[in-house]
Amino acid sequence: MPDRDMLLDSNLDSVEIAEAAVLDEAHAVGFSEEELHQLGMAVRESMVNAVVHGNRYNARKKVHVSVTKGPDRLTVVIADEGEGFEMVNVPDPLAEENLLRQSGRGLLLIQAFVDEFQVRRGQPGGTEVRMVKYLAKAS
Amino acid sequence: MSVKLSTRKVGDVTVIDSAGRITLGEGASSFRDTIRDLANKGEKKILINLSEVSYIDSSGIGEMVSSFTTVTNHGGQLKLLGLSKRVKDLLQITKLYTVFEVFDDEAAAIRSFA
Repeated sequence: MPDRDMLLDSNLDSVEIAEAAVLDEAHAVGFSEEELHQLGMAVRESMVNAVVHGNRYNARKKVHVSVTKGPDRLTVVIADEGEGFEMVNVPDPLAEENLLRQSGRGLLLIQAFVDEFQVRRGQPGGTEVRMVKYLAKAS
Repeated sequence: MSVKLSTRKVGDVTVIDSAGRITLGEGASSFRDTIRDLANKGEKKILINLSEVSYIDSSGIGEMVSSFTTVTNHGGQLKLLGLSKRVKDLLQITKLYTVFEVFDDEAAAIRSFA
């Protein structure tokens, strides 16, 4: 049972709302300031992907955010109602030919800042991103 | 707080002092507009001072890369000054340390354009 379950509009205000809600729960788990920064950034990047690339700012589509606290971890699931994507089709932002691309670094940063990261097709559609951050002392 | 930008000249180098957050939306777009204005005015030596920037997301990083390309394509140079540990970490993760010239000291940065 998630500690937070939110259905948010497809706009940039929702990015702030989701980040603040996740950080609120993360405080209670006991993450350090640096871990909170990393978690906040991962949530922000994932929310931007959901709003901008997934739902494409469509006012009829929502972003579902759930946050679950554990004694040593925080689990965040962010799901959009977009067309979905395959990780294998995402250009590698670290490849020499992609270094000067303006976009495409969000997933890289998410993976750098959380301990577990999974992307799958949502039900009935869209993309569902699951992120887990562990307390440093427990990982 | 979004980003606040102000420009000043040190010799023939234009220094852009930035403060706040460079993130998707207003922060990133004002950053882009400022750089394009300078490039269009023919400024060739641009130093971005990030010492008061508290937060940059992937969109902000994208704007810095885009700015670098814009200035380079106009025959100029764009360098970075005063990165926090967090911003340095972002450049490491994204391998952009291999793209940008980065300085901790403004005088050294200014001299490097000569």
